[in-house]
Amino acid sequence: MKSITTPSVSRRSFIRTSALAGGGILIGFNLFQACKPEVAPPVDIADLNFNDFNAFIKIADNGKVTIFSPNPEIGQGVKTSMPMLIAEELDVDWGNVLVAQGALDTKNFTRQVAGGSQSLRHGWEPLRQTGATARQMLINAAASKWGVDPTTCKTKNGVISNGNGETLGYGDVVKEAASLKVPENVKLKDPKDFTIIGKDINNVDIDKIISGKPLYGMDYKEDGMAYVSVLRPPAFGKKLNDFDATEAKAVNGVIDVFKFGDKIAVLAENTWAAMKGKKIVKAKWMNDSELENTKDHDKVLLDLLNGNDFNTMRADGDVKKAFATADKVLERVYESPFLPHNCMEPMNFFAHVTAENVKLVGPIQTPAGTARRVAELLDRKPEEVSVDMTRMGGGFGRRLYGDFALEAAEISNISKKPVKVVYSREDDMSAGIYRPAIKYKISAAIKDGKLIGYHLKEAAINSNMYGLIPNFFPAGAVENYQVDVAKYDSNITIGAWRAPYTNFLAFAEQSFFDELAEVMEVDNIQLRLDLLQNVKGNNDERIQYSPERLEQVIKTAVEKSEWGMKPEGVYQGFSSYYCHNTHVAEVADVVLENDQPVVKKITCVVDCGIVVNPLGAKNQIEGGVIDGIGHAMYGDFSFKNGEPQDTNFNTYRLIRMNETPIVETHFIENQIAPTGLGEPTLPPAGAAIANAIKAAKGVRLTKQPFVKNMKNETLLG
Amino acid sequence: MPVYNLKVNGQSLSVEADEDTPLLWVLRDHFDLVGTKFGCGIGQCGACTVHADGVATRSCLLKVSVATEMKITTIEGLSKDISHPVQQAWKEIDVPQCGYCQAGQIMTAAAFLEQNPNPNREEIRDAMSGNICRCASYNRIEKAVEQAASKIS
Repeated sequence: MKSITTPSVSRRSFIRTSALAGGGILIGFNLFQACKPEVAPPVDIADLNFNDFNAFIKIADNGKVTIFSPNPEIGQGVKTSMPMLIAEELDVDWGNVLVAQGALDTKNFTRQVAGGSQSLRHGWEPLRQTGATARQMLINAAASKWGVDPTTCKTKNGVISNGNGETLGYGDVVKEAASLKVPENVKLKDPKDFTIIGKDINNVDIDKIISGKPLYGMDYKEDGMAYVSVLRPPAFGKKLNDFDATEAKAVNGVIDVFKFGDKIAVLAENTWAAMKGKKIVKAKWMNDSELENTKDHDKVLLDLLNGNDFNTMRADGDVKKAFATADKVLERVYESPFLPHNCMEPMNFFAHVTAENVKLVGPIQTPAGTARRVAELLDRKPEEVSVDMTRMGGGFGRRLYGDFALEAAEISNISKKPVKVVYSREDDMSAGIYRPAIKYKISAAIKDGKLIGYHLKEAAINSNMYGLIPNFFPAGAVENYQVDVAKYDSNITIGAWRAPYTNFLAFAEQSFFDELAEVMEVDNIQLRLDLLQNVKGNNDERIQYSPERLEQVIKTAVEKSEWGMKPEGVYQGFSSYYCHNTHVAEVADVVLENDQPVVKKITCVVDCGIVVNPLGAKNQIEGGVIDGIGHAMYGDFSFKNGEPQDTNFNTYRLIRMNETPIVETHFIENQIAPTGLGEPTLPPAGAAIANAIKAAKGVRLTKQPFVKNMKNETLLG
Repeated sequence: MPVYNLKVNGQSLSVEADEDTPLLWVLRDHFDLVGTKFGCGIGQCGACTVHADGVATRSCLLKVSVATEMKITTIEGLSKDISHPVQQAWKEIDVPQCGYCQAGQIMTAAAFLEQNPNPNREEIRDAMSGNICRCASYNRIEKAVEQAASKIS
């Protein structure tokens, strides 16, 4: 089994310093990889160039520290938590730290991506090393000024002291520090000495958010910029035949209307005119490929599950034999719909293509990849393309795909204007890239009261689970274990959606284990714990989760949720899951109001290693759990003749406050390197409430969204 | 195009716009008041909530031609220095995740507490249920409204 340690950093973070012309020191460094040794940081802050270094720390001569945080912010809090790691080791007062969003380095930076809950996990070591190295440099400068041994010096809150009672502020020695050699192999703090990590730190953008300052891509504007509304094919499988824009061009404020590819761009002086113009473009569409229906997808996916055409992702023992010798078999099918991401900030992007360069600005989870694709699209040199990242009004996976930035670049290239493409909600929900509809069939073979075989089959639209998932629980716990996948190729575009695959797979498996316990006539939690015993000491390197850590979150959840001790009328449901390097257990408390199940509370226990910023971490956890409940309960998205059936919030239902339970969070305290929290609490939530609803109403839900299928079970009016 | 005179955050502003232009886009595109957000355009999500004569109003559905008669307050005008009790509570509780919906949430909460300074939990949950938060920061919004209420009353 894989040991849980700090992710390895192949080389020490590369650091260079320079004295700033205006006073102070600038420390340039590269995260996650070394860089060419000859580059030097600028002496003027206005020349900050993220092509040489992807992150900078500026220490002014008044001791103020500015950290240029490199990772995109989509609401997961890394713009706060990543600088906390630097500040901790630099040993400065957080109140003296300013955080600014770094721009993109297209040449040297690999992991400038928000996705997979990996930002903190990868930044843990190099960010702290950078802070510690900078601190040592400042100490060395002070020690040489005093003529003392640096090892006799200490720091606290940005002040260096020596054994003779003398002190110097960081700002007092920045000039000297800038000319010193960068120290190597600097020792990091013992976690017990942390003063910033583990403390509640406010979101660094809080004041701007609550006072309505421009932060997001939607808020970005430049002089002479045209607002663009894009008319796209109304259905998957259709393409543009012909269009007439005479009326659209007559709308006050519309500047131009033109075709690009199978889409039509409406450029205007303001957003309203662009949207209005788009609505009255008379477009004729023609069929290009099959116009697909959800009804047909359902059949095709079930056929795949019942067929024999699978790719095997993992096979232990002999599943076939296990099922042949079983004295009991449990088999269940679980079904999920497509889901749109529905970031509150609709997709948008700014582009200005000129003869000299291509300027892109907007909310994007993958700036480097998007810059590369734009360069290819416009046949430009990669170094001519720049991307400035704005704060993102949600991502959930949707902003991994730069399709909207490519549209903006293409439109600016044609119109020779600075443009901002703005999606309406209808555009956002119907332009494509969804969580694919997926169905699972899970079978268990039981012999002499023991689970001897486990067979998971996946049938999905367009894309199957990634390679790590077959090594999640219960891999390693069942002697005969197999994971098979199959897919149906569709023209409907799909992509990552918060906790890809596991967002539904966890529901399927954790519902299945509860039902399995019933069939085996054992306690549902004891069944999970017993299976985990089988994994302990298993030296299979492929297994991703830690049985010890999963066991601990399960036991803690039992205790904290008062499992089985609740008064009559409170029905509980259990679920535990590992994904994105984090172990989670959740218990749902459900009551019946007018005979309808209402989720009142979720107890959530999380082992994410060291909790860097508990205030931010709890926010992610609460949001993940409620998001998981909301989509399991209400998320429904279907197609008729290739056309999405819901395009706005009047029919597409997202969870609202009056439907929201209270989430109570408990962390497992340990000294293990931190893992991310943007995703891992979402997947277990669906099964926790489904298992509680089973306890309350005796009905087992196997299809999402529950609200639709509870209606079918006459559970809801 | 007709010219409309508006009273926004205590200022008189004028705009040349089509009469059907929603106040939302006048605020954002013409007045550079981008704190008021676009979310759905059909009054379902609450991201564009402003105060019109003190009443929480969806600016995506309010035509500029109608808004001329009203005193409009946006998130930028709720206080000069983030001192409104609702903003303060939002900061103390550290409500936002992505933050995009929060201006609308704050404006809804502020208007609600003007009408009902002593709400119970169910009243808060009902009053705030018109505003969607896709990050689902609902637990904190609820707590922040409770906290703001305790300071106001």
